[in-house]
Amino acid sequence: MNPQPRLVELRHNVFKKNDLLARELRSRFQEAGVHVISLVSSPGSGKTAFLEKMLTTMRAQFRVAALVGDLATENDAARLARSQAPVRQIITGTVCHLEAEMVQHALEGWDLQDLDFLFIENVGNLVCPASYDLGEELRIVLLSVTEGEDKPLKYPTIFNSADVAVITKSDLALATEFDWLTAESNIQSVRPGIRTFRLSAKTGDGMAAFIDFLQSRRSAAIASA
Amino acid sequence: MHELSIALSIIEGVSEEVERLGGEQVTSVRLKLGALSGVVKDSLLFSYQLACEGTPLEGSELIVEETPAIVHCPRCDADRVLTTVQHFRCPQCGAPTPEVLSGREVEVVGMEMIS
Repeated sequence: MNPQPRLVELRHNVFKKNDLLARELRSRFQEAGVHVISLVSSPGSGKTAFLEKMLTTMRAQFRVAALVGDLATENDAARLARSQAPVRQIITGTVCHLEAEMVQHALEGWDLQDLDFLFIENVGNLVCPASYDLGEELRIVLLSVTEGEDKPLKYPTIFNSADVAVITKSDLALATEFDWLTAESNIQSVRPGIRTFRLSAKTGDGMAAFIDFLQSRRSAAIASA
Repeated sequence: MHELSIALSIIEGVSEEVERLGGEQVTSVRLKLGALSGVVKDSLLFSYQLACEGTPLEGSELIVEETPAIVHCPRCDADRVLTTVQHFRCPQCGAPTPEVLSGREVEVVGMEMIS
């Protein structure tokens, strides 16, 4: 006689382990007073160039550091180290996104109280990183003018998960006939009310306004803590 | 492709329950998958079959219930179901709807098991 199957009700959040660890990281960051900012985008949108410029510029005024995720190579960390800021590479192997646990490991030995800003550059991927909380205070999604205006509609989940949008490589906008208004309207369509910046890491255009914004976010976070 | 790690996490969670309840074999698992979860159903089903091998879930069926994004419309002051995640606007009045109430979930809600 075959035993009867039995129905069991469950409530198991598949991301629970990551979510719990991310929550722990977030309170650690808040206690240490470090403002943590993650960057997500497709490969080649200019995350590393943007970050190099940010680290180099901000270092004069703030204590900054970065973690950078890639499937392979330490090229990005070597490139970012030119800024003289502390930088660590996270090599994910076959994993297409960063997880809270990888961030936790990468931070070992760093005294977070010595930092004002910590940047976390995710693996270039507009799909998978959306599902993983890293404990960051602010998630920036980057879109370059060379990618086309409809990227937000093609990848709504990641744009919706972001707190701020940055359109990069603005110096190439004319050459690519980039339609700013359509791009910004598409971003608003998938994430109403999101603050959007236009900038170029190459010319430096728009960088100062963005750094001012980060600084005011950090001051507000400290004031409300 | 992060569906394999998600499949492994489903199997890990269910296996723990099976052991706790003294079960032998799982015949099906029910999963809620939100429209904003960033998880592709077909990739997940494929990964699930592979990842189940050699576990009490081998041969089980993953039943995926796709759940929509639910937002709050500030103008109507009502919760609304989005028909597409490309336009976060109230389907009734057209107002932008930044507040997302649900749709990001990836949650195991049940299983069928033989003891």
